[in-house]
Amino acid sequence: MQHDDVIWDLIGNDSFCSYKVKTKTQRFCRNEYNLTGLCNRSSCPLANSQYATVREEKGRCYLYMKVVERAAFPARMWEKVKLDRNYAKALEQIDENLMYWPQFIRHKCKQRLTKIAQYLIRIRKLTLKRQRKLVPLSRKVERREKRREEKALIAAQLENAIEKELLDRLKQGTYGDIYNFPIHAFNKAMEKQEEETESEEAEDEEEPVTREFVADDEFEESDLSDFEDMNNLKGSSDEEEDAEEESREEEESEEELEEEKTKAQSKGKAPLKGPIRKKRAYVEIEYEQETEPAQKSKAT
Amino acid sequence: MYNKIWEKGKLPQSWKEKLKQKVKPDEAAVQEMDQAEIEVTETKSESGACFPPTFSVSEIKNKQRRHAMFLKLKEEKRKQKLELKKKKKKERKVLGDQAPPKEVPKTIENQRIYDETTVNPEDEEVAFDEGTDEFSAYFNQLTNPKVLITTSDRPRGRTVRFCEQLATVVPHAHVYYRRGLALKRVIPQCISRGFTYLMVINEDRKVPNGLILCHLPDGPTAHFKISSVRLRKEMKRRGKDPTEHVPEVILNNFSTRLGHSIGRMFAALFPHDPQFVGRQVATFHNQRDFIFFRFHRYIFKNEKKVGMQELGPRFTLKLRSLQKGTFDSKFGEYEWVHKRHEMDSSRRKFHL
Repeated sequence: MQHDDVIWDLIGNDSFCSYKVKTKTQRFCRNEYNLTGLCNRSSCPLANSQYATVREEKGRCYLYMKVVERAAFPARMWEKVKLDRNYAKALEQIDENLMYWPQFIRHKCKQRLTKIAQYLIRIRKLTLKRQRKLVPLSRKVERREKRREEKALIAAQLENAIEKELLDRLKQGTYGDIYNFPIHAFNKAMEKQEEETESEEAEDEEEPVTREFVADDEFEESDLSDFEDMNNLKGSSDEEEDAEEESREEEESEEELEEEKTKAQSKGKAPLKGPIRKKRAYVEIEYEQETEPAQKSKAT
Repeated sequence: MYNKIWEKGKLPQSWKEKLKQKVKPDEAAVQEMDQAEIEVTETKSESGACFPPTFSVSEIKNKQRRHAMFLKLKEEKRKQKLELKKKKKKERKVLGDQAPPKEVPKTIENQRIYDETTVNPEDEEVAFDEGTDEFSAYFNQLTNPKVLITTSDRPRGRTVRFCEQLATVVPHAHVYYRRGLALKRVIPQCISRGFTYLMVINEDRKVPNGLILCHLPDGPTAHFKISSVRLRKEMKRRGKDPTEHVPEVILNNFSTRLGHSIGRMFAALFPHDPQFVGRQVATFHNQRDFIFFRFHRYIFKNEKKVGMQELGPRFTLKLRSLQKGTFDSKFGEYEWVHKRHEMDSSRRKFHL
């Protein structure tokens, strides 16, 4: 026997029903055959022996009906009627099937059919529009790629590569006449000239030698010309020896001075010609004169 | 095995001492019980010539001892290496000029697996292909590039700024908002308005992460992954904003056929005649399949030195797929797709 009231007492208002979901303000029913989704006396499929729902499966709507006569046969309890795709026709079908049923159930079934039809239309529209494809990222792969990118960046040496490329382009002349770097051309011209001078005349090289003689003439004015000649012949060690010969007391300081100056000379650039050197030596001697007038009477 | 060792009598006297050294105080008791086994392992673990050939450190079951053995092994290897180095150095000194040339260290670029599609500059087939492909119109100076830059739906601030900066870098570029439009509908409109390129910056989590570069009349579509985006204000020591001059383009290291086609794609983004007055250069440098984009302003200090100032955004691209024809992800014909399991398995194999 079906005692709907008893069933409702047991599961209904404040009792337990496994399909019931309670929120602060409302009770919902999770039963899949429920017509409205709420937990009410009139919409509970367990507590109503005559009940109907509309459900949708793969885009087609079906009308499910349950009557008291089949309450003892759970396997055959729900009668499934396929509804027409056409919305209007489906409504008529519902009316026809639920002809003498309570108004509540008929109304709710039609409402549910409407809702279902609407969302099916939306699905069909959306599939025509752009669909966003979600591509999952693998964390391991992302990390690996990041690391490889860092290493590739280091290996690339971008600044150098770009600079090299730009300089190559400059050399090839893709920039035309925009950039004038006379140094380059000037150096080339200088090199050419040097080659010419070396190959053409060896006589020209005697001129600096003669200049040296002239310088010697100047130096001969002083009495130290002999010593200076010795300086010219030999290296800095001679200067030191001269210093020792001249004044032994001031050897250290003099030597230091001379050494420093010779070092400076050696550090200096190549084209130090003879007279310059001698002049410097001359200057040193004068210096000595200043510091020790007594011993440098020779210089004068 | 234990028996064999005893029979051969190969146990030198010192192993007992080594045994004592090896014993850790808390394991002493256990040691006595298992002395026989331990002896076997100890003899095996002597560093010296009397190892059985199949021994490896991983066969020792005890983790601490295994670890200690491993460290020992490493120490030895390091020592050997150092000795070798010293020896070589001495030899080099002694020989002086006659010393053998220094060995070149191995780099990934050196060890790169040779790709069959590497382009030989004199290859006729390649030249013919390039004369007739979709970019030939550009390279024959028939068309001028016109670029449309857009994003995916609802771009966030960073992406928008990135698009704007890109538009300043690429001449004749226009930024349009995508208001939910389908690309397939956008493309015919672009073609009708004379655009040659469509760039779509895809965004994920408020950061640009993908680039779709579509050459318009019927050209290939390349899909890249963008990483390490740096906008202009995040650049250190950057110069002023780029001017309207047409920049030069540098394409480095695009060596294979695929690389060539991608390189041409990038080249066709920029107009033909760079204005050298502007002294701006856009670089696409390919290294190990990562394409680094940089935008600089350069100045020649003398003919051996050039100074560079980085303007503009910088980002790296990694090619994900190249599709023939305009953007069509469902039915398009893909020339090249990055397949992770096949292509990422070797560290020395690169495709661009």
